[in-house]
Amino acid sequence: MPLSGKNLLGIAGLPVSDVRLILNTARSFREISSRAIKKVPTLRGRTVINLFYEPSTRTRSSFEIAAKRLSADSLNFSASSSSVSKGETLIDTALNLQSMNPDIIIIRHKAAGAPHLLAKHCRDCAVINAGDGMHEHPTQALLDALTIEDKKGKLEGLKVSIVGDITHSRVARSNALLLKKMGADVWICGPPTLIPLDFEQYDVTVTYDMLEALSGADVVMMLRTQLERQQEVFFPSVKEYFSLYGLNRKKLSAAKKDVIVMHPGPINRGVEIDPEIADGDVSVILEQVTNGVAVRMAILYLILGASEEGSK
Amino acid sequence: MTILLKGGEVVDPAQDLKKKADVLLEKGRVAKLGRIGAQEGWRVVDVSSMYVMPGLIDMHVHLREPGQEYKETIETGSRAAVAGGFTSIACMPNTEPVNDCEAITRYILEKGRQANLVNIHPVGAITKGLNGMELAEIGEMVRTGAVAISDDGKPVQNNQIMRRAMEYSRIFDVPVLDHCEDCDLAAHGVMNEGTVSTELGLRGMHAVAEELQVVRDIMLSRLTGTRVHICHISSEEALNAIREAKAKGLKVTCEVAPHHFTLTDENVRTYDPDFRMNPPLRTGRDVEAMISGLADGSIDCIATDHAPHARIDKDLTFEDAANGVIGLETSVPLVWEHLVRKDVISVSRMVELMSLNPSRILGLDRGTLKVGSVADVTVIDPDKEITVDASQFESKARNCPFDGWQLHGCPVLTIVKGRVVWNRLS
Repeated sequence: MPLSGKNLLGIAGLPVSDVRLILNTARSFREISSRAIKKVPTLRGRTVINLFYEPSTRTRSSFEIAAKRLSADSLNFSASSSSVSKGETLIDTALNLQSMNPDIIIIRHKAAGAPHLLAKHCRDCAVINAGDGMHEHPTQALLDALTIEDKKGKLEGLKVSIVGDITHSRVARSNALLLKKMGADVWICGPPTLIPLDFEQYDVTVTYDMLEALSGADVVMMLRTQLERQQEVFFPSVKEYFSLYGLNRKKLSAAKKDVIVMHPGPINRGVEIDPEIADGDVSVILEQVTNGVAVRMAILYLILGASEEGSK
Repeated sequence: MTILLKGGEVVDPAQDLKKKADVLLEKGRVAKLGRIGAQEGWRVVDVSSMYVMPGLIDMHVHLREPGQEYKETIETGSRAAVAGGFTSIACMPNTEPVNDCEAITRYILEKGRQANLVNIHPVGAITKGLNGMELAEIGEMVRTGAVAISDDGKPVQNNQIMRRAMEYSRIFDVPVLDHCEDCDLAAHGVMNEGTVSTELGLRGMHAVAEELQVVRDIMLSRLTGTRVHICHISSEEALNAIREAKAKGLKVTCEVAPHHFTLTDENVRTYDPDFRMNPPLRTGRDVEAMISGLADGSIDCIATDHAPHARIDKDLTFEDAANGVIGLETSVPLVWEHLVRKDVISVSRMVELMSLNPSRILGLDRGTLKVGSVADVTVIDPDKEITVDASQFESKARNCPFDGWQLHGCPVLTIVKGRVVWNRLS
C-alpha cells in the first residue's frame, strides 16, 4: 500500500494511516541496517537527489544511507549560497534537475514553502521536505515518533514536553502536529520571546515554567538553541537561559522515573542540555539517529517501491 | 472634439446628483448636463444602462520610472490606469533615483505628458533618498507639480524628523501621506503575524507595527496641524484610531487597498508570492473592519498601491520574493463586485471613495462633473462580467492575486480632459 500523496511536504495533511504505515515499514526495515551486507535491491535503478541549501550532517547522510541501503542511486547536490537570489536558483535548479529524470528530490531550504515551490515546478518526480525554514521537518517528527513508540510502547496519552526555541523550530511544529495526531499530551515550554503567537492552535499546553512542563513527563524533547540568532533580543545570556530552560538532573527529577530525553541535534552542550544528561541512560539521542535511517528508508520505499508494486 | 454621453446614469456626489442625464464635453470641460439633443459634428456615445461618473483617481501608484523600467514604465502604467478606469493617478517617490528634487519631479511629469493618457501627479519624497534623516526640497517639488509628500516604501522612523516634515509641509499645504510601519517591530516580517504565520513558519509582522505608527502620526498631526493621510490601512485597530482622531476633528484621512478588503492571511497558505505585500494581508476580522469602515465613512479613499514587479522578482520562495501586487486594472471590478453589488456602499459613495475624496485630499480640483470642471470621466458597465486574466493586462507586470476571479462591473470608457483614452464599449 502506498502513501496517500505523491510528496511528503509536511506532517500537516498527512493522515494517521500514513503515519502508521511509515512507522510499521520503518520497523521492518531496521533489520537491514544490522546485517553484515546492508543492502537490498528494492529501489535498484531509482534516482534520488539530495538538494540541500542549508548545512546538514544528520539529515543528509541519513537520507543518503537510506537510499543506498535500498540500492537507489543517490546524488548529493549541496547548493552553496550564490550572489544571485536563491529562490531564482531554486526554480532553475529544480528544472535542470528534473530534466535528468530523478524519481525523488529531497530538499532542505532556509525558506518556508521551498519544497512546495519545488513540487509545483517538478511535477514528474516526488518531493520530500527535509526541513524548510521555520515551517516543517516531517521526517524528524516521524523518526521521533518511532523512537518514542519503541521506548514507551505507545504514543497515545504520553506527556511529551518540547522545550526551547519554539519560534524558529520546524522540529517543534512537525512534532506538535504529529504527536497530537497520535493522541499524545503535548507541552510546549520556553521563554515567551521564543514561542510564536497562537501556538495553542496545535491544541498543546504552553508554559514558561520548565518545572511545570517537566512534571510527570514521559518524554522530554530539547531543542537546539540557535546561538547564531543571539544578535536579536530573545534572552539576556546563555548563562541565564541555561538556568531557566537548560535541562539538568535537578529539573529532570520532576519527570517520570522512566522519562526519556530526546534532541534533534546538533547539541549545544551546556547551553540547553547538561552533558551528563545528553550522555546518560535517559538519553535516546543516538537511537533517534539510527531510527532516522529506517524511517527515511520507509518513506523512500513507500513513495517509490510500494506504488510500483501497487500498480502491477 | 465635442462628445455627448447619452442616456447614462450620472453619479456626482459633489453636486448631490444621481440621475439619468446626458453629459456634454466640450473643449476639455464639462459643458452641460441634462437632456441634450445631439448636434452635427459631435461624437455621440450611447451609454444607456451605464454609470457616468467623474474620472476615478488612484492616489497610490508605483510607476517604477525612473530606474526600474523593467517592472513598469510611466507609459505602461498610464495604459494600465486608463484601462482600469482611472483618469488621474498619484505616483510614489520610491523610484531610482528617488523623486526627492525638482529634476526628478519634472522628469516624471514630462514622461507623463509624452504618454499622454492619464493625469500624473507626482508625490515627492519627505527625506532625501528616503533616508529618513534629511528633508528633501519639498518646496521646489511642490512648485514643479508634486501634490503631496511621502516616504512610502521606507517610512520615516524618527519622530522628530516626521514632526519637522509635517510642520514644513504646512507652508505649501500639501498632505503628508504615510506608509505606517514601525520597522523595528515589523522586523522584516513577510506576512501578518498570527495564527497563520505560526503555522506556516513565516516571519510575521504584527499589526501593532502599523497601529503604533498610525497613532504617532495622529499625535503629530494634532501637534502640527498638518493634514495627514494614512496610506493603505489594513488593521482594525489602525482604523479605530483614525475613527477616534476624526471624531476629535483632527485632519486625518486614510485609504484602503482592494486586496485588504477582499483577501486575508489565509490566502498565504499556498506560499504564492503574489499574496505578499506590505502591509500584509491581515485576518478575516480586519477585512470585516475595512468593509465597515468603507460603509460608515471612516475610510476616505480606495487606492490600489499598484506595485508592479517583474516575474524575476516574484518567481522565488515567499520569503525571498518582493513585496507588492498590482491593482490598477482590477480595482473597479473588485469594488463593484465586493462593495457595490453586495450593497456595502452605494455608487455615490464609490465615487466619493475613488474620485471626490482623493481629489480633495490632493487638492486636484477634480472629482466632479459640475459644469465647467475638467472633462475627466469614467463610464462603468455594471453588468459586464469579466474573468481576470493578468496575461492580458496593459501593465507590464503580472503580479496579480486575483487572476482567474470572476467579477462584475467594468470600466468601459475613460475620458481625460475631453479626450477618449480608453474605449471598450461594444
